[in-house]
Amino acid sequence: MAEGSKEQGGLSGADLEEDSPNMIVYRKIEDIVTRIQDEKAGGVSIRTVKSFLSKIPSVVSGKGDIVQWLIKNLNIEDPAEAIHLGSLIAAHGYIFPISDHVLTLKDDGTLYRFQSPYFWPSNCWEPENTDYAIYLCKRTMQNKARLELADYEAENLARLQRAFARKWEFIFMQAEAQVKIDRKKDKAERKILDSQERAFWDVHRPVPGCVNTTEMDIRKCRREKNPHRVKKSVYGVPDDGQSQPSPVLKISFLNIQLDRHCMKVSKVADSLMCYTEQFMEYDPFVSALEPSNPWVSDDVTFWDAEASKDPNQQRVKKWGFSLDEALKDPAGRDMFLKFLESEFSSENLRFWLAVQDLKQRPLQEVSSRAQEIWQEFLAEGAPSSINLDSHSYERTSQNLKDPGRYSYEDAQEHIFKLMKSDSYARFLRSNIYQDLLLARKKVSRTLQSLSLSAFWLFQGKSLTGKRLTGLMQSS
Amino acid sequence: MCDQTFMAATFGPCESCGKPSPLMNIYIKNEAINYCSFCVELMACQGLQSGESVASLKRECESLKKKLEEERGKLNDVELHQVADKIEVLGALAIKTRRVLKGHGNKVLCMDWCKDKRRLVSSSQDGKVIVWDGFTLSKENGISVPCTWVMACAYAPTGCAVACGGLDNKCSKAVAMHTNYVSGCTFTNSDNQILTSSGDGSCALWDVESGQLLQSFHGHTADVLSLDLAPSETGNTFVSGGCDKKANVWDMRSGQNIQSFESHVSDINCVKYYPSGDAFASASDDATCRFYDLRADREVAVYQKDSVIFGASTVDFSLSGRLLFAGYNDYTINVWDVLKGTRSSILFGHENRVSRVRVSPDGTALCSASWDHTLRIWA
Repeated sequence: MAEGSKEQGGLSGADLEEDSPNMIVYRKIEDIVTRIQDEKAGGVSIRTVKSFLSKIPSVVSGKGDIVQWLIKNLNIEDPAEAIHLGSLIAAHGYIFPISDHVLTLKDDGTLYRFQSPYFWPSNCWEPENTDYAIYLCKRTMQNKARLELADYEAENLARLQRAFARKWEFIFMQAEAQVKIDRKKDKAERKILDSQERAFWDVHRPVPGCVNTTEMDIRKCRREKNPHRVKKSVYGVPDDGQSQPSPVLKISFLNIQLDRHCMKVSKVADSLMCYTEQFMEYDPFVSALEPSNPWVSDDVTFWDAEASKDPNQQRVKKWGFSLDEALKDPAGRDMFLKFLESEFSSENLRFWLAVQDLKQRPLQEVSSRAQEIWQEFLAEGAPSSINLDSHSYERTSQNLKDPGRYSYEDAQEHIFKLMKSDSYARFLRSNIYQDLLLARKKVSRTLQSLSLSAFWLFQGKSLTGKRLTGLMQSS
Repeated sequence: MCDQTFMAATFGPCESCGKPSPLMNIYIKNEAINYCSFCVELMACQGLQSGESVASLKRECESLKKKLEEERGKLNDVELHQVADKIEVLGALAIKTRRVLKGHGNKVLCMDWCKDKRRLVSSSQDGKVIVWDGFTLSKENGISVPCTWVMACAYAPTGCAVACGGLDNKCSKAVAMHTNYVSGCTFTNSDNQILTSSGDGSCALWDVESGQLLQSFHGHTADVLSLDLAPSETGNTFVSGGCDKKANVWDMRSGQNIQSFESHVSDINCVKYYPSGDAFASASDDATCRFYDLRADREVAVYQKDSVIFGASTVDFSLSGRLLFAGYNDYTINVWDVLKGTRSSILFGHENRVSRVRVSPDGTALCSASWDHTLRIWA
C-alpha cells in the first residue's frame, strides 16, 4: 500500500478533501496573491503612479513587480514560465491590467491591479445575464472615457436589450440606482472599484477569442453543485454505506497484501534504471534516429526501413533483451518459430500463440477454438503434443469442462517459462540469430563451412551450401 | 447481468453450504474460513461470527492497515532519484511543435494513435470523432456521435475500427453500457474486446461482437476517470484511477483488485504503465504526477514544482520510460525525467487546457489534444 500524501503548498489534507478541483487551484492562487500583496513579508509595493494630469491608484508593474516576485518566490528559472503563470493568474481574474479587457500578463511596463476578494472566483459566482445587462447599462450612463464600452460589449448590450426587451425598464432602474450609489464614493476608490468590477466581467464574459476560465470539466461538475451527494450504487443498494466496501472484504484484501512478497525500493530502482537505460538508444526523444525522425525531417525513410522484411541490427538486438521483446516483434516471433521448427520443437510456441489468439476471439468462437487447441496440443495422440506437468494438465482438463478465454492460462504460463529457460536461451546462441545480430553475410560462412567440411567428407555427403546451412542451424 | 467480483484464490466446497464454487478466503479473528460469496453476504447481513461486531471488524481493519504500512515502510530503503544520481543527466531536449491539427469545432477531449504510427483518432465536445493522417494533416474520416462530450476514443489494433464513448454512457454502437458517462476506453490486444472505465465507479470488459459483459471490476468508491492495459504480452492486468484518489490494479480474469495505491490528494485524472509493465504513473488535480512500482507496492517518485499549481490531466511515457510527458490545466506540457525526478522541459503552445497526451506507437512523436480545439504533434 502506498504511503500517505505530502503537504501541498501549505494547505492541509482536510481542506483539499472537501474541495473540488477548481477550488484547489483557486486556493493556491489566492495564497500566491496574498503573499505578493504582503509588503512586510517580501511582497511588492502597491503604489499610486502619476500619469499626465491624474494619478493611478493602487497599482503594480507586471515585469518589474509580479514577474520578479514569482521568479524569486516560486523557484522559477525561466522568465517565460513566470509570465505564463502570471497570465493564468490574470486569466482567472486575480490580477488585471488597468486598461485592457484581455486578462493576460505582459513582460513590459503595463500596470496591474489586484482583484478584490469579493470578486474572487472561489466565491462560486455564477452571474446571470440580467446582472451583466445591468452592468453594461450602468456603464453607458456614466460619462467617463474610461467607462466607454468596447465594441464587443456594445454588441453584447444590443443583444441583451433584445433578449430582455420586456424586462428592460427594470434593468434600467437597477442601473440608475447603482450609479447614484457609486457617485457618493470617493474618486480614487471609484476608479479602483470600477476597474475591479470590469475585471470580474472580463472573467465571466470574456473578450471574444479569449479563454473562458470559468468553464469546467464536465466530469467534475456534479460535485460542484452537490458536494454531499453520494454516487448511486450499481446494484441498487441504498446510498449509505455504499461509499465504503464492507470491512470483511477490506480485511480480506489487507491480508492478501500482507502476504504479498514485495521488493525493496533499492532493488526496483535498479531494475527500472536498467530497463530504461537498455531502451534509451531506441527512444527517439532521447537518442537520434537514423537517418532522421520523420516528423522532424518529413522524410519517411525510417518508417520504410522498419516495415521492411529485413530487420536492422538494432532491432534484432532488442529480441535478446527478453522473450517478451522477441515475441512482441512479428519478425522476432517468426525467426524464433523458424528456429524451433528447425529443432522440431515448435509446438510450444505454436501452443502459446494459439492461446494468445484464443483470448482475442469473439465470445461465440471461444468454446470451439478451445476444443480445437485441446485436440491439437493436449489430447492423447495430439499431433503437436506439448509437455505439461500432470498438475497443470489436470487443471486444464478441468477448465475445459466449461471452456473460456482463460482456460489455458496455467498451461500457457508453464509453457512460457519453459521456452524462456530452455529454447529461448538456445535461440539467442543459435547461428540463425547470431548471424542477424552481427550482420554476418552469407559469404563469410565459408570460413565456418571449412571446419565442418572434414566431418562431411567422412560422412560421404556432398559439400553443398544448403546442407551445411541446415547442419549449422541446429548446432 | 454482472459478474460478482471478489477475491477468489481457491475453488472448492463452501465450508458453510457445501456447494462447490469460487471461495472467498476470509480471516475472522485470525482464523481462516472459506465461504462462497453467497454465504459471506449472508454472514455479513445476518450478524457476525461469535463475538464480532462491525466496530471490532473496523478495528481489525485499522490495525491491519497500520501493520501493512509498517511492513512496506521497511522496504523503503532509498529514494529512486538517489539511485538515479549515477546516471547521466539528459541533454537539452529540442522538442517542438511539428504539426497542428485543426478541424474540431470545440474542445478536443481525447485522442489515440493507430498502430501504423501516423494515423490517429480524436474526439471532441461537439460530438465529432475525426480520423487523421497526422503526417499529412489530412482528415480521413469524420463521424458524428449523437452525444456531446465524447471523452473517450480508441483505435482498434487492426486499424479497422474506432471506439468512442462519453456522456451517453455507451461505448460505440452500444457495445458497452454503463450507468454513467464513459471516461475511458481501450481495445485489449484484439479488435474483439473493449475495456471501459466509467463515472459509475466501475470498469468493464466487453465482447465487441455480442456486446456482452465479460467481466466487471468494482472497488472504486467514486468515478473512474482513466485506465491503462499492462503492456506485457503475457499480462492480464490493467490499472485504473479515479476521483476516490486511488489507483487500482486489476486481474482481468477474475475481476479481482490485486493492488491499490492511495497517495494523491485529489482526483486521479490519468494512469499509464511504464513500458516494462512493472510500474505506472498517474496525473492528478493536486498538480502532481506520481510514479508507483508494483513490485515494491508503493509510490517511488513525485513529480512536482512550486510553480506548477494547476492540475495534471494526462500522462504518457516515452519509449524507454526515461521521460514522462504530462499535460496540465495551465495549457502546458511538462516533460519530467522519470528516474531523476526533475523537469527536463516545458512545452508551451496550447491556448487552453491540455486534455490528453499520447506518445506514438514507435515513440517518434507526442500528440497532445487540447480545449483550444486543436491537436499538436511534437517531436
